[in-house]
Amino acid sequence: MFDTNELVINMGPQHPSTHGVLRVVLRLDGETVVDADVVIGYLHRGIEKLSENRNWTQIILLTDRMDYVAAATNNVGYCETVEKLMSLEVPRRARYVRTILCELQRIASHCLWVGTHAMDIGAMTVFLYAFRERELILDLFEEFCGARLTYNSMRIGGLPLDIPPGWDKKVLEFCTIMAAKLDEYEELLTHNRIWLERTKGVGVISGAEALALGLSGPPLRGSGVARDVRKDEPYAAYDEMAFDVPIGASGDTYDRYLVRMEEFRQSLRIIRQATEGIPEGPIVGKVPRLIKPPAGETYHAIESPKGELGYFIVSDGKSTNPYRFRVRPPSFCNLQGLRRLVKGHLVADVVALIGSLDVVLGEVDR
Amino acid sequence: MIDNFVIPLVKILIVLNATLVAVTYMVLLERKVIAWAQSRLGPMRVGPYGILQPVADAVKLMIKEDITPARADKWVFTAAPIITMVPALIVYAVIPFGPEVSLFGRQVTLYITDVNVGLLYIVSVASIGVYGLILAGYASNSKYPLLASLRASAQLISYEVAVTLTLVSVIMVAGSLSMVSIVRAQESQHVWFAFIQPVAFVIFFIGGLAETNRAPFDLPEAEQELTGGFHTEYSGMRFALFFLAEYANIIVVSSVATTLFFGGWLRPFPNVAALSFLDFIPSWTWFLIKSFVFLYIFIWVRATLPRYRYDQLMRLGWKVLIPLAIANLVVTGIVKVLWLGAGG
Repeated sequence: MFDTNELVINMGPQHPSTHGVLRVVLRLDGETVVDADVVIGYLHRGIEKLSENRNWTQIILLTDRMDYVAAATNNVGYCETVEKLMSLEVPRRARYVRTILCELQRIASHCLWVGTHAMDIGAMTVFLYAFRERELILDLFEEFCGARLTYNSMRIGGLPLDIPPGWDKKVLEFCTIMAAKLDEYEELLTHNRIWLERTKGVGVISGAEALALGLSGPPLRGSGVARDVRKDEPYAAYDEMAFDVPIGASGDTYDRYLVRMEEFRQSLRIIRQATEGIPEGPIVGKVPRLIKPPAGETYHAIESPKGELGYFIVSDGKSTNPYRFRVRPPSFCNLQGLRRLVKGHLVADVVALIGSLDVVLGEVDR
Repeated sequence: MIDNFVIPLVKILIVLNATLVAVTYMVLLERKVIAWAQSRLGPMRVGPYGILQPVADAVKLMIKEDITPARADKWVFTAAPIITMVPALIVYAVIPFGPEVSLFGRQVTLYITDVNVGLLYIVSVASIGVYGLILAGYASNSKYPLLASLRASAQLISYEVAVTLTLVSVIMVAGSLSMVSIVRAQESQHVWFAFIQPVAFVIFFIGGLAETNRAPFDLPEAEQELTGGFHTEYSGMRFALFFLAEYANIIVVSSVATTLFFGGWLRPFPNVAALSFLDFIPSWTWFLIKSFVFLYIFIWVRATLPRYRYDQLMRLGWKVLIPLAIANLVVTGIVKVLWLGAGG
């Protein structure tokens, strides 16, 4: 007499909580998610193919547009890959500044994450607070390179320009402000009963499963796997920095939240060390006029705020553009986990889980 | 003639208009308070400090195109906002803003009417408003509003049980269903009922948050999940009616909380003669101040807390609040019979 049907609803690409243009087709039984199809591609701009037709320096500007909330990290990743291909030596000062920029960028990206994640779960005040602090980082970047979102802030072999005078003082000042503000966010969320109920036990994934799905970054570390490219394969100046890699225990949304909150603090620690220890010296290594890496291929990964960001580049040694350019975007790989995570949870958890994976669609689609 | 028709009519007009103005300014207050909580300024453009923002909002909503989706059930779609709005307004008929005062040589009561089943009237009329939400979701013929209206019906009905049970315990203490008599009872018993019924008050307030769809229980209109909830398909003035009804309900809950638990129009310690210098403040001012405190708490909660999930909300309602309310009711009954005697 009564017939039950699955309700298919389309979440996105225009939806306030899919963080851009992600589309999720949900099959619901009541409010429980039976299955979810993740549809991507709405922001595809062909960055990889475009890059194969640009010269090596022009590509830096395209990498800005992938993870647009962490543009500097993308720049660093790309430049280091080309440097590896050309066996270029980067001066120590440049490596230190790169470290500072990467970590500032990580904080800016995590600010955006904590704000939107909390807003998805209904706590809207954190969003405004986090954006207030992100603004300070954007100001620092603006002072360094003139841009606030797409920085184009790296050059192959070093930096485009030296840090402005007094900039390092401002960075240290920011660290002091940020440390206090972090407690403010945590006060609103970490021990909040509703926050605990909404995040604990939601989207549990074991370390082995997370590895099998190819997750990286905080979603992987939240499941207890201590994999951090900064520690395992140090780049920039991370081998000279002292920092811890926070890991979670149960692999739920709350653990991923705690991991990122601790990463804020570790980033501040790195920034302090790097800023206080910036060595004197040149900012660009011995870079040939015409950048033309020898024939060969290489893969180089760095730890972006979202996870392992890798570049695979093939050079034919003859032309001034890469023969093949391929990115391993952390958001794309982390998004693989969404379908596995949301099964059996409620509609409200879907938005929490999208937020907990912290994807940026510009990077997923490229 | 004057006593039977003119004065009630004038009072109805005043209350109705004051309510609508209060509701629109409640929206502004909410935007301002939340903005301050979030280190922003809030509306600043229309008038000094944005105080004319409600006027601008009203004009905008009225001249906006009123869209009815092609596949919507047109009659129900039109009726739903009205069904939501009307109960929210007519509840004000029994809310006592003050006692009898003499105005232009005439004894005038500062409430429209004092029905001897006032509280019952409020509960029953307010529950009609739920139909509006359910019908709106159903008539929109769209999936997100449908989900939202299912949530709304489940949530409002289950929280109404808890709220009504707490009201019963207040009625037992006051010995009357009339709103005016409940305030008088607090005067004669020398105590605000919030102090002898603290559990009832807490449950009433939590239930009030849930019944008015406010954070942390704003599931039926969870923007982040359901893109606006039951009113997704509404625009223009019809959307505004839902919006106004929500805020009118918040004011109702605040007023009822003030009347039942915080002595309505009475000044603090109405029986302490030493404080009688406070009497120069008109009684209705006390009522407004107390209600305002509740309105502020409503906004404060919204700026602070994340949102419950649907299943957690139902669990809280059925497994915590309702048993607690029943227990409170039973204890109230036992205490009343044993200590005060059945007649007391």
